[in-house]
Formats: sequence, C-alpha cells, structure tokens
Amino acid sequence: MLPTEFAPAFPETVLGLGICLVLLVDLYLPARWRDVTYLLALVTLAATAMAVSDIGLSGTTLALGGSFVADPLASFLKLFVLAALATVFVYSRAYLQDSTYNKGEYYLLGLFAALGILVMISGASLLTLYLGLEMQALALYAMVAFNRDSPVAAEAAMKYFVLGAIASGCLLYGISLLYGVTGTVQLAEIAQALRAGGADDAVTLVAVAFVVVGIAFKFGAVPFHMWVPDVYEGAPVSVTLLVGTVPKVGAFALALRVLVEGLGETGVTWEPMLGVLAVLSLGIGNIVAIVQTNLRRMLAYSTIAHVGFILLGFAAGSREGIEAALFYTIVYVIMAAGAFGIVILLGRQGDDADELDDLRGLSQRSPWFALVMLLLMVSMIGVPPLAGFYAKWWVLAALLDAGQLWLAIAGVLFSVVGAFYYLRVVKLMYFDSPAGEAPLRQGAALRLTLSVNGLLVLALGVFPEGLIELCARALG
Amino acid sequence: MPEFGLLSVLIWLPILGGTVMLIIGERSGGSQWFALALSVFTFVLSVPLYAGFDSGTADMQFVERIPWIPAFRVEYFLGIDGLSMPLILLTTFLTPIVVLAGWEVVKLRPVQYFAAFLILEGLMIGVFSALDGLLFYVFWEAMLVPMFLIIGVWGGERRVYATIKFFLYTFLGSVFMLLALIYLYLQTGSYNILAFHAVPLSMAEQIPIFLAFLFAFAVKVPMWPVHTWLPDAHVEAPTGGSVILAAILLKMGGYGFVRFSLPITPDASQTLALLMIALSLMAVVYIGFVALAQQDMKKLIAYSSIAHMGFVTLGFFIAWAILSRTGDTAGIGMGITGGMVQMVSHGFISGALFLCVGVLYDRLHTREIGAYGGVVNTMPIFATFFVLFALANAGLPGTSGFVGEFLVILASFRANFWYALLAGTTLVLGAAYTLWMIKRVVFGAVANDGVAALRDLSVREFMILALMAGGVLIIGLWPAPLVDVMSASVDKLVVQVTQSKL
Repeated sequence: MLPTEFAPAFPETVLGLGICLVLLVDLYLPARWRDVTYLLALVTLAATAMAVSDIGLSGTTLALGGSFVADPLASFLKLFVLAALATVFVYSRAYLQDSTYNKGEYYLLGLFAALGILVMISGASLLTLYLGLEMQALALYAMVAFNRDSPVAAEAAMKYFVLGAIASGCLLYGISLLYGVTGTVQLAEIAQALRAGGADDAVTLVAVAFVVVGIAFKFGAVPFHMWVPDVYEGAPVSVTLLVGTVPKVGAFALALRVLVEGLGETGVTWEPMLGVLAVLSLGIGNIVAIVQTNLRRMLAYSTIAHVGFILLGFAAGSREGIEAALFYTIVYVIMAAGAFGIVILLGRQGDDADELDDLRGLSQRSPWFALVMLLLMVSMIGVPPLAGFYAKWWVLAALLDAGQLWLAIAGVLFSVVGAFYYLRVVKLMYFDSPAGEAPLRQGAALRLTLSVNGLLVLALGVFPEGLIELCARALG
Repeated sequence: MPEFGLLSVLIWLPILGGTVMLIIGERSGGSQWFALALSVFTFVLSVPLYAGFDSGTADMQFVERIPWIPAFRVEYFLGIDGLSMPLILLTTFLTPIVVLAGWEVVKLRPVQYFAAFLILEGLMIGVFSALDGLLFYVFWEAMLVPMFLIIGVWGGERRVYATIKFFLYTFLGSVFMLLALIYLYLQTGSYNILAFHAVPLSMAEQIPIFLAFLFAFAVKVPMWPVHTWLPDAHVEAPTGGSVILAAILLKMGGYGFVRFSLPITPDASQTLALLMIALSLMAVVYIGFVALAQQDMKKLIAYSSIAHMGFVTLGFFIAWAILSRTGDTAGIGMGITGGMVQMVSHGFISGALFLCVGVLYDRLHTREIGAYGGVVNTMPIFATFFVLFALANAGLPGTSGFVGEFLVILASFRANFWYALLAGTTLVLGAAYTLWMIKRVVFGAVANDGVAALRDLSVREFMILALMAGGVLIIGLWPAPLVDVMSASVDKLVVQVTQSKL
C-alpha cells in the first residue's frame, strides 16, 4: 500500500505501472503474439478498476497538496471509463487483427489516454486538470495519425493537433488569468476567492470565456467542432471508436470540475455561453448530419448534436441539470460505442465499410445485429423505452425546472430534425435489399460484447432507475 | 405491493411473445399459428376486463401501481375506466383479425411482420391503460417504431416516403406533449395523471399546455390541417397496418383528448373550443368533399376516416356551447358519449373497409377504383359484406356508424343549429363518397378480364369479415352495453370539464 498521501491516486499508480509493463512486454513480443499485449491491457484495466472500487463511492479525500481529489463522482466516472475502454479494446482487436497496422501501440496509447482521463476526473486544481487533458490529447493525436501512409489520416491528425493546441492555449490563458485574479490554481480556493468578491470583474469574465472555449473544443461543440468530422472519418475505425467515446467522459469531468466546482460563482456568465454553444451544436450537428453519406461523418455530426444536449444540462445551471448531463454523457458513450462497434462488424480486411450504403439490407444479412443497430439508432433519436430517451427527458426536465423554456423547445425541435438521419439508417437496414453478400466480421468476443452493448441500451430504457440513482448519488 | 395484474399480462404477453418470435427468427415455420394463438389468447384474457367491470363507478379499476423511477416519482401505474376499457377490447379483438388478414399474404419475412403486430398490440394496450404520464408517453412513443417498420418493410411503392413522414409528423407532435408532461410534473411533484386532473392551473399555464397536447393529439387523430400524413401512410401500409392505423392508432388521439386535454385544462378547452369546433367541422365538410374526389380506394377510406374522426372531436368540444346555450349539462354527456361510441364504431367500420380493399388488392394488386367494376357478379358474398360496411360508413341506422353520429348531431343541435347542420352534411357526403365508390367497384357489368376471373372469399377471409360485421351490427342494434360502461366515466368527465380550475 502507498502512503496515505498517495492513496487516492492509487488507481492512477496501478494504471501507470501497468502501462510500463505493457510497454516493455510489447517491445519484445513478435507480431503474432500481439494478443498478449491486448490481454495485458485488459488486465491492467481490470486491476485499475479494482483499485478504484477499493476507494469506493463514499467520502471525499483531497491528496497531493489539495490538487488531487477522490470523491464518489471520481470513482463512478473512473469505473465507467475503464469499462468503456475495455469494450473499446474488445471491438478494436477484431478490427486490428486483420488490418496492416496491428501494433501494440494502439493499446498502449489507449491506456495513456485513459490515464490522462483518470487524472482529469480527479483534478482538484487547474494544473492537474491541464496535465491530464494534455496527456490524453497527446495520446489521441498520435493515435489519429496511426495509419501514417494515409494522407487523410495525416490531415485529420494535423488538424486535430493544431486546433487542439490552440484550444489548450486558450484554456491555459484562462487559467493564468484566473490565477491572476484569485492567486491560486486550486479549484476549492478559487471558488472561495470568487465568493468573497471578484466574480464580476472584467478579468474574471475574460478568463471564464477562455476556459469555456477550451472546454467546448474538447467536447467538440459548435463553433469549435471543425476537427470532429475529419478526425472521425480520417482516423482508423478503431481510433475513431476510442476518440468518439471515452474522452467525452473526460470532457464532462473537465467541465464539471472547472465550471461548476471552481467557477460556480460565475454561473451567470458561463450558463448563457453554454446555452448558445448548445443550441448551435444541436442545430449544426443535426442539420449537417442529414446530408452525410459516410456513416462515420454522420456519427461525427450526431456526436456534435448530442454534445449540444449535454451542454444544455450545464446551461440549466442547477444541480439537476448537471446530473442530467452526467446521465446523458454515460448513455451517449454506451450508444456511440455500440454504433462504432457495428461499423467494425460490417468492415472487412482492406475495406472499412463505413459508407451508409454498406448498411443496406443488414436485416437480411444479419437480423440480430440489424436489431442491435435499430435499438442504438432509435435510442439516439430519443424514443422510449430506450436509454437515450431518459437522457433527453432528464435534461428537458432540468431545463423546464430552471425556467429555460426556449432552450427546452430548441432541444426537442432539433431532436425531431435529428430523427430523420437516424431513421435513414433504419431504412437502409430494413427497407432496402443488400447490395452484396459481404460477410460480417467474425469473432465471438466482438459479437457478444456488441450484443450486450445493444441490449444494455434497452435494459437501461426499461429499468433506468439504477443508473439515474447512481448519477444522482455520484454528484451527491 | 408488486402484484402482477391482468392489465400487465395483456400488455406484456404480446410484447414478450413478439420478442420471442424475433429471437427464434425466420428459420421456423408456423409463425402465423403462434401469433394467432397468442393474440386469440390475449383476447380471451381481456374478456374479464368487460365481465368484471363495474360500470357503476368512475374510479379506476384493475389498478396496478408500483414505483418505477422513484427519483422522479414515476410509477408503473395502470388502471382503466369506462373510457379506456372499450378501446382495449377493440385492440385485443382486432389483433387476431389483423394476424388472419396477413396469413398467406405476407411472404416477406413473415416472422418479423407478425412479431411487429404483437409488440404493437401490447404497446397500444399500454397507452390505453397507463395512468402515469411518463409511462403513457413511453408506450405512446414506443409504438412508433413497430409501425414505422410495418409501413416501411411491407408497404407499397412510396412506403419510405410515407413511413418517414408518419414518424416525423407524429414525433414532432409528441415532443411538445413531453414538455407539457414535464411541466405538470413540476407542478404536482409526480407523473400521476389523476393528480394532473386535480392540479389547479392558471389560464396562462393552461393555454400552452392545451396547445402542446393538442399538437400531439391532433396529429394522431388526425385533425385538419395536420392530417396530410394519414392518406400517405394508409395508402402505402400493408392491409394489416392500415387496419391497425385506422382502427386503433387514430383513437389514441381521441383518447388523449378525454384523458388529458379536457380534464387537465378545462378552461383552456373552453376558451379554444370554438377553434376546435371549427377544425372539426372543417374535417367533416371539407375532407368529405376531398374524399369524393379520390380515385384510390384506400385514399378514399383514409379521407373518410379523417371526416369521421372530426365527429369525435366535435362531440368532445361542443360541451361549452351547449352549456352556454341551455345552461344544463345533460347534452354534454351525450356529445362525449357520441364521440366515444363513434371511435369504437369507426374502429370496426374503417378496419373492415380496409380489410375489404385488402381482399380485392390481394387478387388484382391495384387499389384504383377504375380498375374494378361489377365485382358483385364474381364475388357475391364479398359484395354483401362490402356493401354492409359501406352503408355503415354512411351512417345507416342499425349499424354502429349511426349511433355515434346520431348522438353527436343531436348534441350539436343543443349547441347551435348551424353546427348541427354542417355536421349533418356528413350524412349526405358520407353516403355520396362511400356509395359512389361501391357503385363503381361492386355494381354494374363486369369491367374487365381481371374482375371476371375473381374468386370469391376464402374461408379465412369470410371469417374475418363476418367477425367485423358482427361487431358493426351488434353495436348498431344494441349499443346499450357500450354506452353503459362509459356512462359513469363520462359523467365524471362532464363534471371535470364544467368545473373551472382557475
């Protein structure tokens, strides 16, 4: 066991050690033993999860000089991130196995990204958060460029890196201004200082604006969304899967820690900002998604729209809104993982099968996975009894409770717009005949996990109580 | 007290049955038999709802109540009264018929087809028995998915257009209802519909809530001018889909008015009653003329449905006109009862007419009126049924179509002579478009070789149509049992609508 001072960071320590182990082992493994790396990565995730559950869901402990926090929310989010990443690895392995870049680095960089996200989740000072953010971002930049011979991937990675660097710069600038105003980088102390006065200072407002820009970029909210479609389309499918899922939890944690816990006093300033970003994201995301012909690009814009809904939860400016945003984030990650899992399932060696037309007649080629995709799409529309409905419903309830009627109306109207392109996926799968008889990817682990993933969306829809309760308790 | 009651069985048995069929998949044969057995069994199980129903009380019966999402005080709360019970029986009665109607006809993925109808049945019963606003919404919306697939997979040529239009139209309507439900939750602290009935609301609150509900229900009914999805959906849907759509899905809109709009926002209903009456009469008169011009049998029946549903909303919303003119509430109940009877009756008649068109379509694969003529010469038994249903559609005394229309027109007379006169045009228009269609399709000389080669009804088809004819005639000749079960609930509703919530 570690000294008490380090105990809250025990999971991160385990993960860090695991990463070193994977790094060393993978270096000396011949290519045909790649599965060992995969299994080691899964074991690392499991060990980290055990370390997290050791801390459990109770009590708040500050550590490392007050810059690192272990609270119920952190444990909950960490466990979810680890489980989601394990699912991502299972899907990715099926994809990497018959690709030309089946390298151990995928798992390694994935674990590094996870470490960054875990640090973000536990960040109690602006610098810890920034550290985690950069660790995650650098790992992801490298992953997007994984397919180094592909000009599309290189372009996507370049775009991602340059825009990401600018966003980090904005965030850092905001942080430095906040330090100037309050004289500290610890969130609790910042909150205290702002309560004492200075929340309305022009400098504070500028700082908040810069921080919001940084957060919006990490979420991929309009107008900081330019990287999202390119990265989703250009990166290898396994990387898109990763970029599209787990980092959203990190972005949520970042927003929660900085805006709510640190800058809660300046809510009047950032709530309307997020409201505007949210409505723009809902609008652009849902409308532009309609004209996409590539499934990955469509999902990219759909992500932007979902992010809009998550931000609506923050914009409500109430605790209920945050809970709703948390619930939405969790549900979104589950749905997105499933949708990209289907993309992987459809693909085969040398052909990613990520055009919408590749879904044609899926209900004849595989009734079961067509049904899984149907559940995912209908859940993304927000039709009950699927998990996606409760996510939207909770956000809407929080908005109405806060008296934000117009934001709620914008939310539902754009949901109707969004229904169109999800329905088109259903149409392609069920109403059209298959274009060819290309077999689906095999692999028991992939198929089983994907089935569970789809059924989870239904199960959470029929019995949403458990997750709702968990979200409320984690923030309690 | 988690007790698994009859209503739960009626909801979940078909849904689980349908799910089992989907899991077993297309490999197995005999899916029709399974679906038929299950739907008949469900119908048999639903009979005690009527037999055990206490028509002396307006309280909810067969109540089941367990917490579902305690964090928001959402409950799994079921129960029925005289307004919902007949509609549930209509649902359980029609589902076996729809299964039979698809028997040999559906060649493409029959397992999915029958499974979709079973799941749909469970969801529809859920809509009619839910007493929790969120539970209601869950069933209401969930139903879109199987219907979307039914029209889209087994529909006609323009099915994709029709089904996406259907989905988006209905979805757009219902999201506003969701906002209204959430608002009511914030006011009452639960999603209990009965609590919604009791909560006092100011006019400034009632009007938006009324409009939000109106949007959802008007699309579903459908009322003019948000009816344009219906002709498309009806024409493109397979026969079974059209039957369920016309017979039950439209009734959800009407049911929504009596369960939500009238009791929750009586004052807004009163203020906007004139608008509702105008829209209803518009549907009756204008859509009647539109129906006259149709060349496609299904389209004609679809427009006729809109006109007939106009009677339902008219019957519900003339309440205040009656009250202000006569000063007593007697006529109000008559209007509401008329509307409810009209809904059940229209379920039988429109369903039967779509089945008749389906019989012809299965043989000649066209719905054009011009492609037929002289069918009576080759299909005398079929012609008998078809004429019977057409007459019922025109409101012939002795058939169910008469009862509802008569009650509503009678109630309208108490309100305003002109309302009654305009509503009465349906007797002329309805007869005109229905009988003119019959004349061109059924009577006259044999028009072409196709008609000459027609075979009369098979045993299966005969059974279906005979059952429907039984329903039409029983309600027409002896409506008392139907009216009796409703009366207590209607009386309660009359009290609710005449009591201001301000």
